Amino acid sequence: MKALVPVKRVIDFNVKVRVKADRTGVDLANVKMSMNPFDEIAVEEAIRLKEKGKVTEIVAISIGPTQAQETIRTALAMGADRGILIKADGEVEPLAVAKLLKAVCEAEKPGLVIMGKQAIDDDSNQTGQMLAALLDWPQGTFASKVELDGGRVKVTREVDGGLQTVDLKLPAIVTTDLRLNEPRYASLPNIMKAKKKPIEEKTPADYGVDITPRLRVVQVNEPAKRQAGVKVQSVAELVDKLKETGVI
Amino acid sequence: MASLVLAEHDNTSLKDATAKTVTAASQISAPVHMLVAGQNCDAVAQAAAKLAGVEKVLVADSAAYAHGLAEPLAALVLSVAANYGAILAPASTSGKNVLPRVAAKLDVPQISEILAVESPDTFRRPIYAGNAIATVKAEGFKKVVTVRTTAFKPAAATGNAQIEKISPAADSGVSTFVGEELTRSERPELTSAKIIISGGRGMQSGENFHMLDRIADKLRAAVGASRAAVDAGFVPNDYQVGQTGKVVAPELYIAVGISGAIQHLAGMKDSKIIVAINKDGEAPIFQVADYGLVADLFKAIPELEQELGKRGY
Repeated sequence: MKALVPVKRVIDFNVKVRVKADRTGVDLANVKMSMNPFDEIAVEEAIRLKEKGKVTEIVAISIGPTQAQETIRTALAMGADRGILIKADGEVEPLAVAKLLKAVCEAEKPGLVIMGKQAIDDDSNQTGQMLAALLDWPQGTFASKVELDGGRVKVTREVDGGLQTVDLKLPAIVTTDLRLNEPRYASLPNIMKAKKKPIEEKTPADYGVDITPRLRVVQVNEPAKRQAGVKVQSVAELVDKLKETGVI
Repeated sequence: MASLVLAEHDNTSLKDATAKTVTAASQISAPVHMLVAGQNCDAVAQAAAKLAGVEKVLVADSAAYAHGLAEPLAALVLSVAANYGAILAPASTSGKNVLPRVAAKLDVPQISEILAVESPDTFRRPIYAGNAIATVKAEGFKKVVTVRTTAFKPAAATGNAQIEKISPAADSGVSTFVGEELTRSERPELTSAKIIISGGRGMQSGENFHMLDRIADKLRAAVGASRAAVDAGFVPNDYQVGQTGKVVAPELYIAVGISGAIQHLAGMKDSKIIVAINKDGEAPIFQVADYGLVADLFKAIPELEQELGKRGY
């Protein structure tokens, strides 16, 4: 069975993002970019499923600028088999991404799509669910455990207040949460090997998908700055202050 | 056109997040209708009918909706979607699970986790874990919106809406519920807690987190942790507050032995009041703290427990 793993190139989670002076977005120039951490977990899970013999081929796919190739290479170095890059500059909304992935699924016919629950740039948390809806496939979102067995997948989901387990008929979409696994580092030999793995280049037009954004970003602002606080001298003073504010 | 709010509940009680979502819905498109989908969920429908601003409560009672599975629930929402100009749900794990399916089928974008309604088609939402706030305009199509409920006040329980039964939608049967394991904690969940006390690497061990548990019990708070504490193996991953963990905005956030890495600040800096207890007076956490106490946590936390005890907590 083939597994498709969408991976997104985002600002590295350790970078402090800065809003551009003209308030049109955040500054992406000369900023370290990495694979979305949730997608890294998805790649790792696909590799583990392959190591268990449940998955035969892993296809990593990214939608983004030419540099998104590096993100695909990272997935290939971790253990994915081949890549697809759909070149698109600028913002591609989750719905458009889902439409592109749907087209790829129809061509590649994976048994499982496993992807991050959200990207840490736009924080939408939509693409997996949208893809599942467009394909009329079931979804196991926010997964902390994935068990493939025959034509079904059992997914333990992180929900508010605990865990929920669902059983899905394949093909299905799984989106990953933090507890699912700890992604591996690519070894140097594997990084070298990944350079020889194929990456196919496509455009949205190849799939007949219009990626024009539907939402208009009016402006992007810094969040309200917190007022400088005060230092208290003792625990008793702290409790006094908290009582004054009425929060305790 | 009316707006529709998908009620969040456990078949017996309506979650507070729903009342807050009603407030957001009223600002987008009044009147508000509520959809209660569940099994034997009459009590929930009664509670929903009491929320101010709600004109009608639609109830779909079926085993298919007992556990909030996304596939049948999205199909149900779609069966009534044509009547509404806006469809909303709390940005909880269940709202996030269901609503993007609805949006995709309607061929409209979803607007995730709104913090404010600027006008009926313009919303503010956090990006980069709240490190930037985007104002987005959704013109000319149905609004499908999830709501960060900490940003809205709950609708009052002063209403009296009519309750109407609706038929369940067809279910494709591709997903089934296996089981659930809900944390049987007396403590509130991190994402809905009014007070959170979190520990960082400074806690030094998982054992020491029990000091925070005792404060949490007194304040009815949830216990969280920084990524450093999780990575060090002190507490499980689901404690993690931060950009790659849970994003929280309680009334009071007490950071204990947390230096304040960007990763962590991104997940908690929208809290109303932040308290930092750290022995390093230069720690970045103090730059966002309303009240800072420079002290050794191993002295300060037992003292805090005592002080709270003295005052009847």
